[in-house]
Amino acid sequence: MSAVHNGVMDVLTNFVLPNDLHVHWSLMIVLYPYITGIIAGAFIVSSLYHVFKIESLKPVSRYSLIFALAFLACATWPLLNHLGHPERALNMMLTPSPSSAMAGFGYIYSAYAILLIFEILLIYRPVMVALKARSTGLLHIIYGILTFGSDNVSSQSLKLDHKIIGFLAGLGIPMACVLHGYVGFIFGGIKANPTWSTPLMPVIFLLSASVSGISGVIFTYVTIQKFRKKPVDAECVRTLTKFLWGVFILCFTFEMLEIFTHSYLKTHHWEMIHGLLWGPLYKTFWVSQVGIFSLIPMLLLAWMCLFRVGNATLVFWSTIASGMLLVQVLLMRWNVVIGGQLMSKSGRGFTTFHPQFLEKEGILPAIIIMVAPLVILYLLEKIFPMWMDDERLTALDT
Amino acid sequence: MESSKFAIDKDRRTFVKNVLKGTIAGSLLLVIPMGGASGSLEVPAQIPGIRGRKYDMFKQRFAFIVNITRCIGCGSCCVADKREYNVPDGYYRTWVERYIKDFDGNVYVDCPNGGLDGYQTPRADIPGKVRDTFFVPKLCNMCKKPSCVQVCPVGATFKTPDGFVLVDKERCVGCGYCIQACPYSVRFLNPVTHTADKCTWCYHRVRKGLLPACVNVCPANARKFGDLNDPESEVTRILASPDVITVLKPELGNMPALYYEGLRREVVYECGP
Repeated sequence: MSAVHNGVMDVLTNFVLPNDLHVHWSLMIVLYPYITGIIAGAFIVSSLYHVFKIESLKPVSRYSLIFALAFLACATWPLLNHLGHPERALNMMLTPSPSSAMAGFGYIYSAYAILLIFEILLIYRPVMVALKARSTGLLHIIYGILTFGSDNVSSQSLKLDHKIIGFLAGLGIPMACVLHGYVGFIFGGIKANPTWSTPLMPVIFLLSASVSGISGVIFTYVTIQKFRKKPVDAECVRTLTKFLWGVFILCFTFEMLEIFTHSYLKTHHWEMIHGLLWGPLYKTFWVSQVGIFSLIPMLLLAWMCLFRVGNATLVFWSTIASGMLLVQVLLMRWNVVIGGQLMSKSGRGFTTFHPQFLEKEGILPAIIIMVAPLVILYLLEKIFPMWMDDERLTALDT
Repeated sequence: MESSKFAIDKDRRTFVKNVLKGTIAGSLLLVIPMGGASGSLEVPAQIPGIRGRKYDMFKQRFAFIVNITRCIGCGSCCVADKREYNVPDGYYRTWVERYIKDFDGNVYVDCPNGGLDGYQTPRADIPGKVRDTFFVPKLCNMCKKPSCVQVCPVGATFKTPDGFVLVDKERCVGCGYCIQACPYSVRFLNPVTHTADKCTWCYHRVRKGLLPACVNVCPANARKFGDLNDPESEVTRILASPDVITVLKPELGNMPALYYEGLRREVVYECGP
């Protein structure tokens, strides 16, 4: 820090171009890749069961899909709140500019939403057919619509369903990768910003998406089960923890590799990137993202995966590590989105950013947008029984 | 007594009548068009070859040249620009930077209020002895390969066939992607219209044969604008001359149509000595 902020660099790092004083992409654009990452990651968890047949993940196979859907329902909220003219948002799909990376969002997001919804509806079809028969009133109508009015649960029909589910889940993996790799490319494709324009950006976004998705599933699964006073399937958490460790090793390696590449290549941007990381981002990057929220979970995960740890201990520490990794990914989004904009294109100075609590794109709207998926998850649970120990599901499965 | 009161009343009446007559006559002068007003009041053409001819968008080529050695940092261009477009405070379509170099090679750059107030006093916070000072006006680079046009998701930012990069504020969704993509930070999100905004090289003036507002007011002829199809224009001559002409950030490949004469290495190599 001192190397940059003493002496000559003091003089060099104080000029911000007048229009760069405004940080145009605010908290909302921090949340948008965070939410889409959770969606993509949670979907991958469900695919591990549905496509790769990892049986120990069965307890969360349905939950992770509904969890992804709850976040998917809110993915556009931060974007709409951010746009200067949200009423023109659909123009991105109606009159897209083919050269723009951003113009693809509407199509990629919609295609993914359709796939996820169809997969959920097909997986739940036999359950919903039975629930329809039992329910009355509004729920009866809802189940009627969600089962496409078909009550056919013959083994032949279910066999076809399973074929389609397998196909959708399989197709969903590359699509989840496209969804989040693409989000990384939105940043990676900006050559004017040296911290963004790296081919590693989509890879880092994709891996951190998987980290946040798996962490989100572990953290909320354990929390909800404790809240419901139901037992947590330790084998399921153990498998998830192993996947989380593996993905996080890759994610953290690439995050550090990106910084190392910059520092080793020492292009004329390095002066600024170095100044940014050891200056305005020192606390949020080195201290928080790397120091506290990467290294500690990394050690915890390694310990849980390499040593035989008791079930209760594993569930407890895995939840802690997952919670910390959810913060790590949020910090990573902050450091990329906000951090990148703190660097003035003058190449000589840094601006500052302090979100207000009540402003349009401030802290309160951010909290609302992050709580909303959990509320939606609660509501979705009323229609889609998510837990294998749920008597609605167990009664029907047998 | 009685007669003098009558005289005053009569006077008053005459006065009111005269005022009424004058008002009506004056209003009529304003309403009735006076012959030849459209021709005689028009500002004389500043760019030859545009007025009185069919404007073929596909054949026009323009260039903007800033001469660093001439700029005196008066800020007139910034004032003219702010007046022309009613630019909100704190946002800049054009600005003038001040570079100060001391004898130890330290470079100090500032741009208070975008240079709008002019650099009337020397900078007080410089410890060393000042070697020299120069000013760098900045505005839209009107890139031949504009990043902002490439990234705009709805095509609201577009390039005209005559080389101007413009924003259609009726189509802009206000996503700010173009602001991130512009290597020169000439764009901002207008807080009034909530759309992207930037310098247009005064396209509306150019189409009428007039120079951009900032070029028009520059007292030092540091800003030059002209038609590259006109072999006699100043910009054609400068670009054909052996003088060193530079663009900003050429390594990004945006190919700006804004050229700099006498640009110093302190500006080109941002962190250099």
